[in-house]
Amino acid sequence: MSRVYRPKDLAEALQMRADHPEAAPLAGGTDLMVTRHSAPREAYLNLFNVEGLSGIEVIQGGAIRVGAATIHRQIACSPEIQRAAPILAEAARVIGGRQIQNRGTIGGNIANASPAGDTLPVLLALDAQIEVQSAARGARLIPIEGFFKGYKQLDLAADELITAVIVPDHHQDALYFRKVGTRAAVAISQVILAGRVKRVEGRVIEARVAFGSVAPTPIRAREVEAALIGHPVDPRAADALDVHPIDDIRGTAVYRRAVAHRVLRTWLRAL
Amino acid sequence: MLIGTNYQRLDGRAKVTGAARYVDDLPQPEGCLFGLTLRSPHPHARIDAIRRDPGYDWQGITVVTAEDIPGENVVALMTDDQPVLAAGLTRHVTEPIALVAAPTRQRAAEALKHIHVDYTPLPALLDFEIAQDHEIKIYGEDNVFARAATLRGDPDALLRDAELVIEGIYRVGHQEQLYIEPQGLIALPREDGGLTILGSMQCPYYIHKALKRVLGGVDFNVRQTTTGGAFGGKEDYPSIMGAHVALLALKAKAPVKMIYARDEDLIATTKRHPAVIRVRAAVDPKSAKLLAVESQMIFDGGAYNTLSPVVNSRGVLHGAGPYVCEHVRVTGVMVASHTPPNGAFRGFGAPQSQFAMERHMDRIARHLEMDPAELRRINYYRPGDLTPTGQRLDDPAAEEVFERARAWVEAARRAPAPVEEAPGGRGRDLARGVAFVMGFHGAGFTGNGESGLAAKVDVSLEGDRVLIHTASIDMGQGIDTVFPAIVAETLDYPLDKVSCAPHDTATVPNSGPTAASRSVMVVGGVSQKGARQLREALRAALGAGPEATFAELVAARSPEAPPLRVRAQYDDDGAIWDAARYWGDAYPTYAWTAVAVELDVDRDTGEVIYRRLFQATDVGKAMNKVIVEGQLEGGAVQALGYATLEEVVIDARGAMKNNRLTDYIIPTTMDTPELETAIVEYPFAGGPYGAKGIGELPHDVPAAAVAAAIEDAVGVVLDQLPMTPQRVLAALMMQEEEA
Ligand SMILES: Cc1cc2nc3c(=O)[nH]c(=O)nc-3n(C[C@H](O)[C@H](O)[C@H](O)COP(=O)(O)OP(=O)(O)OC[C@H]3O[C@@H](n4cnc5c(N)ncnc54)[C@H](O)[C@@H]3O)c2cc1C
Repeated sequence: MSRVYRPKDLAEALQMRADHPEAAPLAGGTDLMVTRHSAPREAYLNLFNVEGLSGIEVIQGGAIRVGAATIHRQIACSPEIQRAAPILAEAARVIGGRQIQNRGTIGGNIANASPAGDTLPVLLALDAQIEVQSAARGARLIPIEGFFKGYKQLDLAADELITAVIVPDHHQDALYFRKVGTRAAVAISQVILAGRVKRVEGRVIEARVAFGSVAPTPIRAREVEAALIGHPVDPRAADALDVHPIDDIRGTAVYRRAVAHRVLRTWLRAL
Repeated sequence: MLIGTNYQRLDGRAKVTGAARYVDDLPQPEGCLFGLTLRSPHPHARIDAIRRDPGYDWQGITVVTAEDIPGENVVALMTDDQPVLAAGLTRHVTEPIALVAAPTRQRAAEALKHIHVDYTPLPALLDFEIAQDHEIKIYGEDNVFARAATLRGDPDALLRDAELVIEGIYRVGHQEQLYIEPQGLIALPREDGGLTILGSMQCPYYIHKALKRVLGGVDFNVRQTTTGGAFGGKEDYPSIMGAHVALLALKAKAPVKMIYARDEDLIATTKRHPAVIRVRAAVDPKSAKLLAVESQMIFDGGAYNTLSPVVNSRGVLHGAGPYVCEHVRVTGVMVASHTPPNGAFRGFGAPQSQFAMERHMDRIARHLEMDPAELRRINYYRPGDLTPTGQRLDDPAAEEVFERARAWVEAARRAPAPVEEAPGGRGRDLARGVAFVMGFHGAGFTGNGESGLAAKVDVSLEGDRVLIHTASIDMGQGIDTVFPAIVAETLDYPLDKVSCAPHDTATVPNSGPTAASRSVMVVGGVSQKGARQLREALRAALGAGPEATFAELVAARSPEAPPLRVRAQYDDDGAIWDAARYWGDAYPTYAWTAVAVELDVDRDTGEVIYRRLFQATDVGKAMNKVIVEGQLEGGAVQALGYATLEEVVIDARGAMKNNRLTDYIIPTTMDTPELETAIVEYPFAGGPYGAKGIGELPHDVPAAAVAAAIEDAVGVVLDQLPMTPQRVLAALMMQEEEA
C-alpha cells in the first residue's frame, strides 16, 4: 500500500513536496498509474483539484497562463487558447482518447517528459515558459528549450513542482501541428511536428520548427529554421532537416526520418 | 413473424449496464487460490531439472509440474503432440513448465520467482518457410503437421503451355484475436470429489474431451460463464488452461482461479497462422477467363498441432476464390516451427488464402490492362458451376453481391466521401482510392463432418417456459438470443418464454464446438427440430389433435407436471465427401460477399485513412438484422486491423515483442469508416428459415479490398499483410525513386 498526501492548496502542496521527496506528484495519473505494477511508488502527492494549480487565464501582453493541473480537455475547449495558440488546443485534442483528455494534465505531459509527449513540440514552437515553484525559493520561469536537459531529465529540483505554462500570444503567426500516430486515437506518436512562422512582407522573420519522437527529447530543427529565415517560404528548406531518430518497437528510424521530412515539406508547401 | 426483425438481444441490457458477470466478476469462492504459470524463456531446450528454492516459505502454496498429472500429459485436440506441461523438453518460448497457486496473485507471482528451471538450450527453428524437412526436427520426420490438396482437371498442362501464365507470391502475418475479456477459468472442487471448470470459453466439450485424458478418472463438468469475445481464441486454448486450473485445484484441494493479464494473454495464447502463398494462373488473354489455377500455401503451425490441420484444409478449400475454373490444384502444408502454437481464429485459413487469390485477380487484371471488376464478373461462379472439389453450386448470389458492390463503387467515384480533416491532420497530402473484391465462405464443418458429429440439442418445457440445451455458447455474437427466436418462431410461442439453459456439460448434450460459422445454421436447425419434437411429445402426452397450437398445449397441461424434455439430433445431410481425394461436397453451403473500400493514403506517412466500407453479403436469411449487421461490421473492422495496423512483432526467441495494447495496434472507433451493409438473402434449404453461417465470412476479404484500394489511390502494389504505414511508405518511396 502506498501513502497519499492530499494538499488543499498550492502552498501546502509545495511544503509537502519539500517534506516528502519520496512522494511522486500525482496529477491525472494517466502516466503514473500505468507503471503502478511495474514500478510501484511508496507515496504519492495528489495535485489533481488542488486550488491554484489549474485554470487558464490571459495575463499581461496577451500571453496565456495555463495551470499545470489543467486537463487536456479544458485546453482543447478554451477560447483563449484557441485564439492565441490554436495548435496547443489541437494537440490537446489528439492526446489519447476522450477519457485520457478528461483526466490527463499538461503539467503531467511536461513532467513525464516522454519524447512522444504531444504538447511538448507545440510548446517549443510557441516559445513557452515553464513556471516552477518551491516552498523554499519561490517561483522561477524557465524557457521551455532549456527545460528538457536529456532523456526524461528536467531542470526541476527535488522540492519543486511545475505550476504553470506561459504561452505568448501568437495569433498573427502561421501555426501548424501534425501528429503521426499510426491510428486515429489512443496512439503514441511516431512523429510530431509543430511549426510557427512569422512573416513581414512575405519574408520569414521568425521560424520555429519543432519535432517530437525523433530524439531523446523534443527538439527544434534549427537547421530548417535558419534555412527559412530572410526570404519567402521555400519548401526546399525541409531538405536541411537533420534528425536522428532511433528504431524501437513502434517504428524504425528510417521511417521516422522520412516522415519528419515529408510532413515538414508538405506544411511548407502549403504556406 | 419474429425471424428477420430486430427483437432485442436478451443479454444486451446486462452487458450495456455492466450488470453482466464475467468470470473475474463472480463472487470469489471460499478459499479460492490464484494460479499463475511458469513459462519457458527458450524456444527449444532440454529441461534438466525443476528446483524449488529450499529457503523460500512454501506454506500455503501449491506447485504443479508434469509429474503431478494423474492422467496423461496431453492436450487432446486433434493429435496428442502437445503436453499440458512441458516434460523434459520445451518446444516454444512461453510454453507452460510449472504452475503455482497461492492465496493472492502477488504471492503466486513471488513464489514463481523461487522455482528454478535448469535448461540446456538447443538449436531452434523459428522460420516456418524453411522448416519443412529441416534437420532440426519438431514434428515427425519432416516437420509437417498436415497436408491437403484438391485437384480438378489437368492444371499442369495448361500452366506449362498456355500463352499467358501469371505468378505471384503473397504473405500474411500473425493476428491476435483480441477478445476484450482475457482468458479466464476457475476450477471448483465439488462436494462429491469431482470438479467444476467454469469460465470464458467457446467449446465446453473440447475442454471436456481434453480434461478426461488429463484428470485420470476424476469426474468433472465444464460450465461457460458470460464470455467477452473469443473469435476462435477461446476454441482451443481453454483446453490447456482448463487442465492447468484443474490440476492446481486437485492438488490444492481448493478452488483455483486463473485470469491472464493482457500481456500474458498476448504473448502466450494462439494467433492466426502466418502463411506464404504462391499462386499461378493461366488466363485466356482474349476472353479473360481463368484457364488453370494453382495455389500453393504454406502455413506456420507453431510448435504444436492444435487445430491447424483444419485451418490448412479450410485455407485450401477457399484458395481458388469464388471463381470457376476447370483446371485447379490447391495445396496446403501446415508446418511446425519453434514458436507459440497458432490456432483458431475467425476465418480459419480462408482470410489468408483468399487474400492471396483476390490479390492475384488484381494482378491478372493489371497484366491484361483491364478493369479488375470486369475480370471478376467474367469468372465468378454461376449457378451450375463446379468448385475445385467437384461440388455443384446453384446459388446465384455471387452475381448479386458483385453487382451491388460494383454499383456502389461507381457511385463512390462519382460522389466521393468528403475528406474530414481531423485535429493533428490538417493539410495532409492525401490520395483517394476505391476498389472492391469478392469472397465466399463454406459454412459448417467440412465434408460429412456435420453428419459425423451429429450435433445434439435438448429442448425442454418447464412450467410454461421452453429451454434450449446446447453446448453452443454466446460469446457476444448473439446465440442466446437467436436460438430462442428460432424456437419461439417455430412454436409460435412468446420469445420471452424461451431461453437457452446454462451451457454446462453436466446438463447439455454435445452440439459441437461454437466454431466454423456453424452455430445458427447447424445447431440452430437442430434446435428447431427439437422444438417440433417437443410439440409432438406434448401433443402425444395430452392426446391432443394436430390443430392445437403449442401455446394451447402448454395451457392444457397441469402446471405441476414434471419437465418434458426431448433430444434432437442432426440428420445425416447426405454430403458426399472423399476426404482422401478432397473430392465432393466440401461444405453444406456457401455464403457470398463483395466488399468495397474507399480510403485515403497519406503520401507523406503511408497511413491509410478509411472513409467508407460497403459490403453486400448473402447470409441465406438474417435471423435478426441488427445482430447480423453487427457480425458483418465487426468482422470487417477486425479485417481492417489485419489489413493495415495489426502486426505481431517477433523477437529472436520467437516471442511476441509488442504484447501490450499500446504497441499492438488495433483499430479504434476513430479509425472505423462509415459502414454500409447490404444484406442479400438466398436461403439455404438446410438451415433454419434459410440461414447460412456468416460468422467468419466478413473477415475473409476486406484486407484484399484495402490492398486494391491502396493500389487505386497511389499505384503501389502490396502483396503482404499487414500493410503498415511503414510498408506503404517504403513502397511509395521506391515508386518515387523509379519515377
Ligand atoms: C491510454 C493512454 C493514451 C495516452 N495517449 C497520449 C498521447 O496521445 N499523447 C501524449 O502526449 N500522452 C499520452 N498519454 C500519456 C499521458 O496521458 C499524458 O502524458 C498526460 O498529459 C499525463 O498527465 P497526467 O496528469 O495524467 O500525469 P501523471 O500520470 O499524474 O504524472 C506524470 C508524471 O508527471 C509528474 N507530475 C505531474 N504533475 C506534476 C507537476 N505539476 N509537477 C511536477 N511533476 C508532475 C508525475 O510525478 C509523473 O512523473 C497517454 C496515456 C494513456 C494511459
